[in-house]
Amino acid sequence: MEQEIKTVKIRPEPPKKIGRHVIVVRVQHNFGVLARITNLFASRGYNIESLTVGVTHEPNIARITIVVKGDERIIEQIIKQLRKLIETLRVRDITCIPHIERELVLIKVHTGDEKARDEIMRLVNIFRAKIVDVSTDTYTIEVTGDIDKIEAFIDLLRPFGIKDLARTGTLAISRESAKHKYAKYVE
Amino acid sequence: MTAKRGADIIVDVLNAEGVDTVFGLPGGAIMEVYDALFNAPFRNILTRHEQAAAHMADGYARATGKVGVVMATSGPGATNLVTGLATAYMDSVPMVAITGQVPRHYIGTDAFQEADVIGITRPITKHNFLVTDIKELPLVIRQAFYIARTGRPGPVLVDIPKDITQQKSEYTIPTDSEVEKSLPGYKPHVEGNYLQIKKAAELIRKAKRPVLYVGGGVIISDASKELQELVELTKIPVTTTNMGKGAFPETHPLALHMLGMHGTYYANMAVYHSDLLIAVGARFDDRVTGKIQEFAPEAKIIHIDIDPASISKNITVDVPIVGDVKIVLQKLIKELKKNPIQWEKARKSWLKQIENWKKEHPLTYIKSDKIIKPQYVIEEIYEVTKGDAIITAGVGQHQMWTAMFYKYSFPRQFLNSGGLGTMGYGFPAAIGAKIARPEKEVFAIEGDGSFIMNIQDIATAVQYRIPIKVVIINNEFLGMVRQWQEFFYDSRYASVCLSVQPDFVKLAESFGAVGLRATKPKEVKKVLQEAMSINDRPVIIDMAVDREENVLPMVPAGKSYREMILNPGEKGKAETMYLVG
Repeated sequence: MEQEIKTVKIRPEPPKKIGRHVIVVRVQHNFGVLARITNLFASRGYNIESLTVGVTHEPNIARITIVVKGDERIIEQIIKQLRKLIETLRVRDITCIPHIERELVLIKVHTGDEKARDEIMRLVNIFRAKIVDVSTDTYTIEVTGDIDKIEAFIDLLRPFGIKDLARTGTLAISRESAKHKYAKYVE
Repeated sequence: MTAKRGADIIVDVLNAEGVDTVFGLPGGAIMEVYDALFNAPFRNILTRHEQAAAHMADGYARATGKVGVVMATSGPGATNLVTGLATAYMDSVPMVAITGQVPRHYIGTDAFQEADVIGITRPITKHNFLVTDIKELPLVIRQAFYIARTGRPGPVLVDIPKDITQQKSEYTIPTDSEVEKSLPGYKPHVEGNYLQIKKAAELIRKAKRPVLYVGGGVIISDASKELQELVELTKIPVTTTNMGKGAFPETHPLALHMLGMHGTYYANMAVYHSDLLIAVGARFDDRVTGKIQEFAPEAKIIHIDIDPASISKNITVDVPIVGDVKIVLQKLIKELKKNPIQWEKARKSWLKQIENWKKEHPLTYIKSDKIIKPQYVIEEIYEVTKGDAIITAGVGQHQMWTAMFYKYSFPRQFLNSGGLGTMGYGFPAAIGAKIARPEKEVFAIEGDGSFIMNIQDIATAVQYRIPIKVVIINNEFLGMVRQWQEFFYDSRYASVCLSVQPDFVKLAESFGAVGLRATKPKEVKKVLQEAMSINDRPVIIDMAVDREENVLPMVPAGKSYREMILNPGEKGKAETMYLVG
């Protein structure tokens, strides 16, 4: 017996909005803890844009800044899965609260003729970058800033020929000055 | 205090944890620990394969709620545990695995029997530890037990280099509070948010077509009593998942039995048409929901679970309650009693509708007096055990028939690999369950394909005189795959025929077990009764069943409940019933 399908009911689901999120994780600074975190992202298919890790002023605690893109459900899952790890002490999504983001980049760029050298120097000054090494045909430049500044700087250097480039990935910390105003948005 | 070997410290801490049985197999890197076990005050079961040892510890844990303990050596010993650990992890089973590792100075040198066991088991354990200092050893083992049994339980592995087991050290066993304090990031949330519980109570009062969707969490949290109290109060019908079987007596008039892919027609219809779904200790697995967009399309969802990550993972829920099921249910009942409504009156038309669905398509099969129907075997096992046995199953068709045709009435009665779907689980798990609950009759219902995957451990059951009954639902096929091939691959039976197999009766006898066989329906009861009379050895019963029987009803993978296959129909053309949405 085959009955005809008259109507098909679908569960209403909220629309997916994909956004860039900055997640800060404090963990016990144990053997293998970073592997645990990167494993979690790899095994569940989440894409990390950047991940930085370093020990804090408390030697047994490390702080990890993760930048990740995804819709709200994925971000919620990531945060929950991070919290589920035994060695995780605290997880915060600081995207929506005032915070400072910084990245350090070392760029080795071809200098070519004098005109190019002058132009690069000008850019270095405008971006408050530093030349940290000089060879006959390259400058190595150190620059820090948020992602927009870094991307803009790299794009401007690109025509000169970038020989090598190393990025730390994004570091982030919330602004203490705005803490009270935004307290309710934190966790 | 005198100094002791690492191996002796391990035994002392296990003893302090109240361990009474350890399952495993020795080898080079864990020999020192086995030497210490020689004089241990608890039982040590020597298995024939580490995977079986892991499943035994798992069966022991599921049958009791206590932490199961398994031991293996480094390298291949530990990698053989992998399937057992993953099985326990998916089904939230408390387990501690202790593995030997090569001595510290060999780690990383590709030494003999070295494997990165921490790396391998990281995604399939709740947590794992590599002990690098003997001073940490007692604390790490206690932490392992604490993590394994609290919150959402799971397996924890402790990898111990051989030189640490040989080294001597003074030690004290850390107290409970020291263990808790040593894990500052681990605080399972058990209480449940009051405002959310209030909201849930409000939804329950307003609901016209509510259904309770109950999973293994109710059993783990020991909340069957609370669940029954909630049902008696509110008259909400209950469907259980495969893992939730036994949490609510299946003989109860409000029992809808299992939902999902091989759920009953009436359970799936009730869920599909519900306006409120109360998920308790369940996780919206794809085998339950089918096509998620059409799962309970009109229902508001309340989800009670101890694991926050289970909530809104697969489906967006309206009222999430993170907490221990038992505590949350107690609070919810209290809240509902504050402001009672006329529950019976409120449920009348809904329960009548469900009664109709039950009458329309009860759980049944086409009976035969010429050929043994697998469902009939399960019904007969239910009869001879008076519904009181602990039942384990492997994975496949026989597992689903075992889930459908035995009526479970108490928690921890049905043990099977629900999440990972591990073939070969049932038999060793039955050994573990029988060791844990010797007063209970334990039946392992296995497929011929499943059973042979851990068949070596008949020797273990014989050695320790463990009188379990193994019933092989023998269709000489990898039956579930064959069924899918019949339905979805035009009956092209690729690599599923198992007609070359041992004579299971002779095989059983060769191990020193008892072998029995039934080939006709009228022999089934007789052999089961004969098996029940044997109490000093395992009994293995070969049931030659209808080879091409199918598990029905069935919602094909990824499909909506609207597309449930109900009747066997013509071979290769199972009749699909499109339910009106």
